[in-house]
Amino acid sequence: MSIFWISVIGSSALAFCLKLFGASVPENWLNHPRVQRINNLIPIALLSALVAVNSLADKTKLVIDNRTAGVAAAIALLIAKAPFPVVVVGAAVTSAVLYRVF
Amino acid sequence: MSVKRDSFSVSFTVGLYGSAFGAAGIASHFSVLQTCLLSLLLFSGASQFAVVGVIGAGGSALSAIATSTLLGTRNALYGLRLAPILKMRGLKRLAGAQITIDESTGVCLSQNDEVDQIKGFWYTGIGVYIFWNLFTLLGALGAKAMGNPSAWGLDAAVPAAFLGMLWPRLVDRKARAIAICATLLSLALTPFAPAGVPIITCALLAILFGWRA
Repeated sequence: MSIFWISVIGSSALAFCLKLFGASVPENWLNHPRVQRINNLIPIALLSALVAVNSLADKTKLVIDNRTAGVAAAIALLIAKAPFPVVVVGAAVTSAVLYRVF
Repeated sequence: MSVKRDSFSVSFTVGLYGSAFGAAGIASHFSVLQTCLLSLLLFSGASQFAVVGVIGAGGSALSAIATSTLLGTRNALYGLRLAPILKMRGLKRLAGAQITIDESTGVCLSQNDEVDQIKGFWYTGIGVYIFWNLFTLLGALGAKAMGNPSAWGLDAAVPAAFLGMLWPRLVDRKARAIAICATLLSLALTPFAPAGVPIITCALLAILFGWRA
């Protein structure tokens, strides 16, 4: 089985287990403030790492390329309070233009 | 605003982002079928982007699954929060669990009485499910038709989508501090660790920063 199929099936199965677990356990189980705090910080840590790696890493090398420029454009658009689709399309257009020019 | 209108506007708007995911899947060399299955089965935006983001960056299946699963832990806590309101049993609990995501939880909890809360959860969850999957398919087919993902900037659309999901969460100093640390740590580890590992390692920062209030 390819890496693609393993990741699709594995992540989907575990995602459903987590959802069902939450809907099934007694409420006081996970109600600890520390669990809540860590849970709120996990997406921030992982999303930040995903932004960094997907814009500055090429396998195990650090690079500055057209993707980096696209993400820089996305940051500018977010600071200007642009909505999500504009941010994504803005990044794509910036990256595509640089890709085609260079 | 009525709960129906709330649910519909959230469903449609969020559903549209599904096209960005569809394109991201293709840009990371997933097939149209695999991309659509992620939306149908995994059905949690950030986790889905994580799967294609980690694999696209050259990571292993294990790193992709671990990153995606950690991003899905919040759905478990949503389920916990919603259980006393929804009081689901049997098959309904299975269906309800699948649509327990940011949006269905948000609309549910923003309603004033219990009847509207229950409606808000189901309308929004089902609505997002329909539109998200529809637009995933359209995005994937569109990206497939375009050919080379880099020539259309799709490789930059993936980190931009992560950034768009991250940005509203950077509300206080602690959030911004952990974001900066995770950025630096993941980049520092990149030359030394197999792809995917620098990302998942940053989950440790959440434990470190969240241990004390």
